[in-house]
Amino acid sequence: MELISPTEIAKEKVQAVQDYSLIAGRSIANLFRVPRYFADMVYQADLIGFGSLPIVVLTGLSIGAELALNSANTLQRFGSLSLIGQLVSVGMVRELGPIITGLMVAGRNASGMASELGSMIVTEQIDAMRALGTDPMKKLVTPRVVSTVFMLFFLTIISDLLGLFGGSVISTLLYGLDWHQYWSSAWQILVFQDVFMGLVKPVIFGFVIATVGCYYGMTARGGTQGVGRATTQAVVASSVLILVVDLLVTKLLMSIFAYR
Amino acid sequence: MAAPPTTIEKQVPAAQESSSVALAFEDVFLAFGDNQVLNGISFRLAKGETKAIFGVAGAGKSTILKLALGLLKPDSGHIHVLGEDVTQMREQDLFELRRRIGMVFQESALFDSLTVRENVAFRLLEEGTVSEEEADAPVREALSFVELENTVDLFPSELSGGMRRRVAIARAIITHPEIILYDSPTGGLDPVTSTTIIQLIVKQRDVYKTSSLMVTHRLQDAFIMATHYFDRKTNQMQPLPPGMRGEVPMGFLILRDGKIIFDGDAHELAQTRDEYIREYISV
Repeated sequence: MELISPTEIAKEKVQAVQDYSLIAGRSIANLFRVPRYFADMVYQADLIGFGSLPIVVLTGLSIGAELALNSANTLQRFGSLSLIGQLVSVGMVRELGPIITGLMVAGRNASGMASELGSMIVTEQIDAMRALGTDPMKKLVTPRVVSTVFMLFFLTIISDLLGLFGGSVISTLLYGLDWHQYWSSAWQILVFQDVFMGLVKPVIFGFVIATVGCYYGMTARGGTQGVGRATTQAVVASSVLILVVDLLVTKLLMSIFAYR
Repeated sequence: MAAPPTTIEKQVPAAQESSSVALAFEDVFLAFGDNQVLNGISFRLAKGETKAIFGVAGAGKSTILKLALGLLKPDSGHIHVLGEDVTQMREQDLFELRRRIGMVFQESALFDSLTVRENVAFRLLEEGTVSEEEADAPVREALSFVELENTVDLFPSELSGGMRRRVAIARAIITHPEIILYDSPTGGLDPVTSTTIIQLIVKQRDVYKTSSLMVTHRLQDAFIMATHYFDRKTNQMQPLPPGMRGEVPMGFLILRDGKIIFDGDAHELAQTRDEYIREYISV
């Protein structure tokens, strides 16, 4: 196996960060340049948004139900079972809804973007597009970024609501909690900061998922093996970045809002 | 029989020189890591001329086409295409210039998720000057040029290698570009299909007077192009009449170790005393 010097590795990493930053920056800058490819955005929104709906519905429901199931036991010991709605509500809206939806969409779509664009790179279709006078960044990357940001926002809202619903089903059927009590406590505990935090995160996660997926696709090298590698790296990198960014955003917003 | 095309004027007055040149490389260097691919190459492609580029695998033939399109940037030197220095242009400005150039890629590079119709119409629709309905007529015209009118609704995966290459030619010519770059257009094809492709390239050269660079490994293809012209009446490629050899605008360029070792016409190539070239053309 060929040994690579640490300097070369460092150079490669810096180059990768630079290339990613360029793709991410241009994906936003292209929003202010014509042509804007609205048809491609709608097509991608359908692919990313509606395509991810079944998996988001399933995970939202099950995470809410599991959260209720696991916390009910502890709350019961302290005689505070009535707080279950509050716990599920804050947990889902602030943290679990955005992060679980983000991870699901990353697994499904970052890989899809990396493999699709990677295949186009290795079969010279991206070069052909440039040769035909079309900017692949505008035609392929920007629509994916816009659609992912837009659709992840709404998918997260759906996931939050379904998580609350899953929690309510467990609370009422297994623990005999009143349905109205669950929903009113879940509703009343939420403040602007919670909802704001829960809705800012999917916007950032959507940007991370799409730009990472497109970056690995657009930089894929080495035939079908390279495309496979790019696909795996896109899922791993976007998932890890979501977790890291989540931590940073949560801490930042808690500081800004002087959270209780 | 229609008259064969006249040869390209080699001696042009200085004032007309720049306007008669479609593409010019000036002392172009390019390396990939430690591999020096192009080592100071210079040549000119006159308007209306077709130049075939030869060289062993890895000699930098396809790289020359990508440099001409601005898909790659040289380490040093200048490349003038249709009066613009592509080495000094931003990517955004290059998109405008590329719309005046057609490119046929080695493996066709058709968009595999689009039909033949959408592939061929791609450039027209991207320019936004015509609707999908309006694009139908030029698409059919371009496909009839390559004799593939019946494939409009097929996907590239449903076509043979030769048909894909012909669709790629149709996609390249639909806007009647001023220059066409062919990257191994007959590579890997059977002799009959290769001849069909060469006939299309000769037709484009003699009917539309398009300047072109053609990368190829097949010397016989270039010699056919140098000794034939396209007859509009019979809609066939015909051999040049005796005494008119060298009267078509066809040049040869041979690369070796990143340098151009031959730049001339078929007659000069046949007369060369360079041992490497003689061995190359005799293989």
